[in-house]
Amino acid sequence: MNESPRPYPDPVVNSETEPYWAAAGRGVLLLKRCRGCGSTHYYPRAVCPRCLGGDTEWYEASGRGTIYTYSVMRRVPVPYAIAYVTLDEGVTMMTNIVDCDLDDIAIGQAVEVIFRTTEGGRALPLFRPRRTSSPGSARGNGR
Amino acid sequence: MARASKAHIAGAFEHPTRKAVDRTVPQLHAEVALGALRDAGLTKDDVDGYFCAGDAPGLGGISMAEYMGLDLKHVDSTETGGSSYVVHVGHAAAAIAAGKCSVALVTLAGRPRAEGVATLGARNYGAGVPDAGFEHPYGPVITNLYAMAAMRHMHEFGTTSEQLAWIKVAASHHAQHNPHALLREVVTVGDVLNSPVIADPLHRLDCCVISDGGGALVIVSPEIAGTLGNRCVKILGHGETIRHLNGGRVDLTRTGAVKSGPIAFAEAGLAPADIDYVSIYDSFTITVLITLEDLGFCAKGEGGRFVADGNLISGVGRLPFNTDGGGLCNNHPGNRGGMTKVIEAVRQLRGEAHPKVQVPDCRLALAHGTGGSIGTRMGSATVILGANDA
Repeated sequence: MNESPRPYPDPVVNSETEPYWAAAGRGVLLLKRCRGCGSTHYYPRAVCPRCLGGDTEWYEASGRGTIYTYSVMRRVPVPYAIAYVTLDEGVTMMTNIVDCDLDDIAIGQAVEVIFRTTEGGRALPLFRPRRTSSPGSARGNGR
Repeated sequence: MARASKAHIAGAFEHPTRKAVDRTVPQLHAEVALGALRDAGLTKDDVDGYFCAGDAPGLGGISMAEYMGLDLKHVDSTETGGSSYVVHVGHAAAAIAAGKCSVALVTLAGRPRAEGVATLGARNYGAGVPDAGFEHPYGPVITNLYAMAAMRHMHEFGTTSEQLAWIKVAASHHAQHNPHALLREVVTVGDVLNSPVIADPLHRLDCCVISDGGGALVIVSPEIAGTLGNRCVKILGHGETIRHLNGGRVDLTRTGAVKSGPIAFAEAGLAPADIDYVSIYDSFTITVLITLEDLGFCAKGEGGRFVADGNLISGVGRLPFNTDGGGLCNNHPGNRGGMTKVIEAVRQLRGEAHPKVQVPDCRLALAHGTGGSIGTRMGSATVILGANDA
């Protein structure tokens, strides 16, 4: 079964998360880490959930990861694959797996970030199976 | 020697309706309250503590207390989704032990079926939820969130769809004897596997029913229980927790039962091997399988083998579960199944379950509630209950 386009709802954006979505618009996946304890967390927030320190910083992620788990939603007009992807930086994020045959998705599969446009014009990070020759940049070209 | 108990469940009532077209939600709350009070042999004027969750219309318990004419000195509206009512049992016991109230009423009601609530729409807890922007656009619905837990469990431990199907098969064997159950037909493993896939790997028959109705409990002090005859059930232990995304360190193969279970067993001074009957929240078959592991009824990863071959069927297997048919076949009022888990455990401990599913000499039971989305934003609560003379 081939993945086909699904309209993506807009994310809720606020003052804590605006830089993440602005970077996504430039094809860049950002993460947050704590300057105090060094821990990366996801979803990004102003306060570190590990030490409750308020000094967190954005940094550019590799955009590479592996599928931790997934499920193809079948009983909807446009089937889609929801997944949790564990990034090379160690945190796991919810996403969709796209640009592939939905029946070929597997746990442990190597994936890379791409970006698609939401209904309201935001850029949303999604993942597709990694091409073996991929340079592995976080700068997606799938807009 | 009889076991000590801080409080007792004196009354329990499950609404018989499964589609409440001509009833309002407040009306259902009041009907189940009256049913549980009658069951206890008490009246609403005896109630001095009220416990409800997000299904109760209004601000906390205020509107429902007004609707039912309650005069209260203790109120608790803790909201942890479908596990709330199992949480409330523990909170009521603690409040009674602390002298804050002596007759606690817990109510649940809902009518998602009559209202036609969609179940395949995206889960959305509102724009103010901090994680909202990072999950909502990807289409998380309740089924695919639980399906992802099932998929990971299969990957790590070799669990199969056939093993999951046995959980539904066991529930259906029990539901055939429940005249109120929404689905009374006995199904086979093949029936489950041949039902349509909703979200890989969960089939339609891996999913619970959607139903209207509700339930209520009346929880009283030991002194009052002593005046109410021998149908009171002892609250021996309680544990609760929440489990979340953990800053991106996600583990979907475990639930909050890994914490709530041991707390409840320790308080009761009991172990899984002591338990005669279990009510396990069964929003989906995978919910039961992972919860049984996390409560210690089998080792982590062994849940598939544990539930297979009828091991959960009363009179057949070693651990009879959900003898009312559970959420998979009987009832899931308001999409919140914790209340009915406690109610069926009370029936078993009173010897009032259907004779075809009654566990002989049932003395010790466990009821477990799960709320929210498994593994990532969930409530878990466990209570251990004993028969009146346990």
